[in-house]
Amino acid sequence: MVSSQNENRLLSSEGDSQRTQYPYVTGTSVIGIKYKDGILMAADMGGSYGSTIRYKSVERLKQVGKHSLIGASGEISDFQEILRYLDELILHDNMWDDGNSLGPKEVHNYLTRVMYNRRNKFDPLWNSLILGGVKNGKKYLGSVSMIGVHFEDDHVATGFGNHLARPILREEWREDLTFEEGVKLLEKCMRNLLYRDRSAVNKLQIAKITEEGLTISQPYSLKTFWNFAAFQNPTVGAEGSW
Amino acid sequence: MTKEHANWSPYDNNGGTCVAIAGADYCVIAADTRMSTGYSILTRDYSKICKLADKSYMASSGFQADVKALQKVLSSRHLIYQHQHNKQMSCPAMAQLLSNTLYYKRFFPYYAFNVLGGLDSEGKGCVFTYDAVGSYERDAVTPLSEAEAVDLVKTCFASATERDIYTGDSVEIIILNAKGVRRETEQLRKD
Repeated sequence: MVSSQNENRLLSSEGDSQRTQYPYVTGTSVIGIKYKDGILMAADMGGSYGSTIRYKSVERLKQVGKHSLIGASGEISDFQEILRYLDELILHDNMWDDGNSLGPKEVHNYLTRVMYNRRNKFDPLWNSLILGGVKNGKKYLGSVSMIGVHFEDDHVATGFGNHLARPILREEWREDLTFEEGVKLLEKCMRNLLYRDRSAVNKLQIAKITEEGLTISQPYSLKTFWNFAAFQNPTVGAEGSW
Repeated sequence: MTKEHANWSPYDNNGGTCVAIAGADYCVIAADTRMSTGYSILTRDYSKICKLADKSYMASSGFQADVKALQKVLSSRHLIYQHQHNKQMSCPAMAQLLSNTLYYKRFFPYYAFNVLGGLDSEGKGCVFTYDAVGSYERDAVTPLSEAEAVDLVKTCFASATERDIYTGDSVEIIILNAKGVRRETEQLRKD
């Protein structure tokens, strides 16, 4: 007659640290592209609590040091934790006071190690991260998942962005995109996500990072079009319960 | 009183195909450059081949994060070896190190399926194949010429690309012989 208390001891936090099982407040897709002068990244400002869109002003694009930009999807509190880690990383880098500073490639590597190590301890940071930046004229754009899978490419996306935005980017991305063209391309992708991703909200930010520096735009909304012929009088020709 | 089950897996399969052929005086190591997850392609341009030593190249498919960690461990162990012995590790030595490294994590394995190719200390081609927990053996040497072997590799990848959804985009081929290293790339179907 094993008491239920004894059984639960294996599962509870008796001496064992809490482990992440599922995310609570989540951000949806982030998209990043290289363009002529640097990197462009886009993310909406939604923070969903399951199927509720609970927060609508969540900044999911943040600066990291002098040369990098991070965009995160997944658990927002874990992203805030990652920002604290990065803050400490950059602080220590600055404290060397040696004129050198961590570039995007180094920050990406650091993030990969953090995510992988947490996965090894069965307590992952529930995020998919995009890291972009420019240092000494070299553009860098990389991605890391919650289990440590990482790579770099000319265009990256997280979550639904992989399904809906990457195909558009594969067709239309070019090496020599101007800033205006890059923004238009990102907006095209974000609009697509807005139509098809239920966690997307129509309030987004676009961030640009070049050798000169970083700017994150003020939040704005996209124009959407719902007047498709097929959605007018939808039951004509097929009367029924749906 | 049912046990809680995790709703995430620490493993993922990022796909791909790796091949190595050992010849009398050469070795060919090849791998496709596609990285996938589920039914999505993450990138078409990712190298699965890692140079561990001048004459030891490892190609690995499986879970990319584990593969990268494994490559890091082996590279640093090789660096230490060089510091201590003032020479590069031979391919058979690296083969054993890889086996031991894999078995070290026998109870939380590196989900990596490896093929180690290179030249032994006599200059003969050597290829070792592994499972995820370190079982390995040295494979037979082919009587084919270097050119025939490279051609065979390209044919194999074209076939694999047709039938395996996780293989495609392009194949990276490394050829090792007495003269040095050569690298070739061949495009594959991208669907």
